Amino acid sequence: MAGVAVSTTINGDSVEYLCQPDETLLDVLRDRLGLTGAKEGCGTGDCGACSIILDDRLVCSCLVLGAEAEGRRVETIEGMAHGDKLHPLQQKFLEHAALQCGICTPGFLIAAKDLLAKNPDPTEEEIRFGLAGNLCRCTGYDKIVRAVQDAATVMKGA
Amino acid sequence: MNFDPRFSGRKFTSVGTRPIRPDGVDKVTGRARYGADFNMAGQLVGRVLRSPHAHAKIRKIDTSKAEKLPGVKAVITAADLPDLTDGDAAMYDILDNCMARTKALYDGHAVAAVAAVDARTARQALKLIVVDYEVLPHVTDVDEAMNHHAPLINDAIFTEGLEEKPVKPSNVTKRSQFGHGDVHQGFGHADFIVERSFKTEQTHQGYIEPHACVASVSSDGTADLWVCTQGHFVYRQHCAQLLGMEASKLRVTSSEIGGGFGGKTHVWAEPVALALSRKAGRPVKLVMTRDEVFRASGPTSATSIDIKIGARKDGTITAAEATLRYSCGPYAGSWAEIGAMTAFACYKLDNVKTVGYEVLVNRPKTAAYRAPSAPMAAFAVESAVDELAKEIGMDPVEFRIRNAAQEGTRSSYGPVYGPIGIGPTLEAAKSHPHMKAPLGPNQGRGMACGFWFNFGGQTCTDLNIGMDGSVSLAVGTVDVGGSRASLSLVAAEELGIAYEHVKAIVADTSSLGYNDMTDGSRGTFSSSMATISAARNAIKILRERAAQMWDIAVDDVVWEKGHAVAKGEKHGNLGKLSLKEIAAASGKTGGPIAGHSELVADGAGVSFATHICDIEVDPETGSTRVIRYTVVQDAGKAVHPTYVEGQYQGGAAQGIGWALNEEYIYGKDGRLQNPGFLDYRIPVCSDLPMIDTQILEIPNPNHPYGVRGVGETSIVPPLAAIANAVSNAAGVRMTHIPMSPPRILAAIEAERGG
Ligand code: FES
Ligand code: FES
Repeated sequence: MAGVAVSTTINGDSVEYLCQPDETLLDVLRDRLGLTGAKEGCGTGDCGACSIILDDRLVCSCLVLGAEAEGRRVETIEGMAHGDKLHPLQQKFLEHAALQCGICTPGFLIAAKDLLAKNPDPTEEEIRFGLAGNLCRCTGYDKIVRAVQDAATVMKGA
Repeated sequence: MNFDPRFSGRKFTSVGTRPIRPDGVDKVTGRARYGADFNMAGQLVGRVLRSPHAHAKIRKIDTSKAEKLPGVKAVITAADLPDLTDGDAAMYDILDNCMARTKALYDGHAVAAVAAVDARTARQALKLIVVDYEVLPHVTDVDEAMNHHAPLINDAIFTEGLEEKPVKPSNVTKRSQFGHGDVHQGFGHADFIVERSFKTEQTHQGYIEPHACVASVSSDGTADLWVCTQGHFVYRQHCAQLLGMEASKLRVTSSEIGGGFGGKTHVWAEPVALALSRKAGRPVKLVMTRDEVFRASGPTSATSIDIKIGARKDGTITAAEATLRYSCGPYAGSWAEIGAMTAFACYKLDNVKTVGYEVLVNRPKTAAYRAPSAPMAAFAVESAVDELAKEIGMDPVEFRIRNAAQEGTRSSYGPVYGPIGIGPTLEAAKSHPHMKAPLGPNQGRGMACGFWFNFGGQTCTDLNIGMDGSVSLAVGTVDVGGSRASLSLVAAEELGIAYEHVKAIVADTSSLGYNDMTDGSRGTFSSSMATISAARNAIKILRERAAQMWDIAVDDVVWEKGHAVAKGEKHGNLGKLSLKEIAAASGKTGGPIAGHSELVADGAGVSFATHICDIEVDPETGSTRVIRYTVVQDAGKAVHPTYVEGQYQGGAAQGIGWALNEEYIYGKDGRLQNPGFLDYRIPVCSDLPMIDTQILEIPNPNHPYGVRGVGETSIVPPLAAIANAVSNAAGVRMTHIPMSPPRILAAIEAERGG
């Protein structure tokens, strides 16, 4: 099968790649571009471990085709920190121990970033519903919610 | 080595603080490498063909078409994994589970595998493999499987543990019994007796990371395996044995692990990946899909349990009895036996008897899941205990306090307890503000206790001191939830240096001696013991070196707060030598300084927990909402309290999912109908409230710092605590887990109708 040539922007860099027409963006990121921060927990849009931001919209990259990234902006976990300065969400996840195994963490961070971009001052309930598309089996979500609350406070002050 | 493991009651500097974990930054930036994040040059993609039948004879497998497909580099069946198990029945079962030999025993059982240049080719190749099945009758329900007319899963199995050797084969592989006293007599003294039967459905550990590995076998017979596992040393042993290799020729590196909870203690795909790589002569990456994870890995036992408990008017239990039937999948296990051991472990009982039956069914081979077997037994026992308290007219907490096991109590499974935490967790729960929080309409409060043994086991640790005085700690227990942070704290504590100067890693199987699995809550317990022992060995050398530097007798040198100090008046003006100074001089005093430790960590302290929860039930739909949840548990000593809280919260959340939603649903055809996160629904963020935790610290006398295991006990009480809360809210006793809305509604309607 012939490949599709795609030009896109990933974490601010222009990137070009060839992919199969039926290949997911998640597979392209992980297998072709070496960006393994987004994880595959299910491949069916149910776990959120593969969350990325596509043109300001939170999506499951396992449900997007690699070819669909043509001409668009992709943000992944690898682009969240500025150089060696962590994003406040990353910092607060560490401080609150909002991760145990950490496999869900990139997805949660991306989803939380998207949530706070749209709602900088969410209630606990809004955080819980905002992150309901991401599964975590280790933490019981308590420390994740607290980390997001704390990060929101810091970001408002900034 | 004379290492003294006894609790010393010291004051802590590092232990008990909450620093950021050493692997944290990599995990929040996406840099950490998990099972599927590793690749090798020239690697192929492996995929597995699985049986669509619950029970079928494999007449023939034709792989010729698949082999001819361009891009396919290897196709294997059981014939490529010859039986080298040499009469070891447990290993034979593992082999058969990795690749079905004569029969497919469950929907999802592996029957063949391919390695191809890419995923698409591998998928196409699977479709070209022709398997000729003779479908056999199947059984998936644990009670039905015990029925005499049930289809036999393995006609070479005769029930063990019966007084008379049976003449007919059976699906029951073993009967086990525990207890003491005379229950018959005990029930004779009871004023109240509760007798009830319970069922729990099969659940999956539900780790978010599917099983993944990269195997590379070289033509010289050596091999490398990169894999997400809870025990790379055990994986090495099993894989080496199944493939006929020497263990030392196989180097296994454990990746970061995306959750395991007991489910990554068994090999499934790894021997297959190695066999594919051996045949293809290239590295092979094998990653399970979520569908495969559900159909072929995990799950817990489904159970059916009968309980009978009797008590006097004053609230003293006079006798307790349980019969427990646990499904094992199609291979023998000891799951009911563990359930029978844990069932009444919280209580002080004169007369107690538990009997367990291990039952074969056409479901995936049961795997450990966090305190395996204990939650189901606790659900049945703690439900009956609550009901009995109600009949007597006693508060359920008071009733439990009255009957709680104590130091010196002979446990229902045999041993006599040392200092234990059941009483204190109950007292803490009793006075917890949660108990006084107001309840709204349709809301109910429930509480329950839980027990877990905790394991110790073989452990090996290396502690190396660099020339600059910083410390590298190499452990062999996989870090499943922050143990590298905890163990660094322990090393810092023992050496008397700052946490920042210690860096812990999980070493591969070629770099360190054998370590048992990280299971049974043993990671921090046993590796901290080995770390303390290794640090003490290093301190001995540091003292020797200091003595040499000062030219005095080593007996005059003591180790205090990270420094060698010369003791006695005659050395009054020698000052101190820091660890850093001694390390810097090591080149001139005898070379690198290190401490090693190889030990069997004995005496992991048993642990107990009490959980309280409030649940709201919608009487119209049967749907539920968790309003409040509190965990009280004894940690022995919380090395890193934040991670201890995390273990408590995580276990509670898994228990909530199990209690209310999660279950394997099989169709009449024996096929799993919900092998995905959409239909097998684990709790999401909006399903749960904050989970309050209270850590009690009742030191384990068999550990220098008093540490007990903490990882597992937290999943034991939730099923029962929630069942008690739902029963109180709905006004009807719930006896079947999960308490999904249809089950609750049916129970409410039956109560109204009846
Ligand atoms: S992998 Fe995309 S949602 Fe699970
Ligand atoms: S930390 Fe393990 S799944 Fe969230």
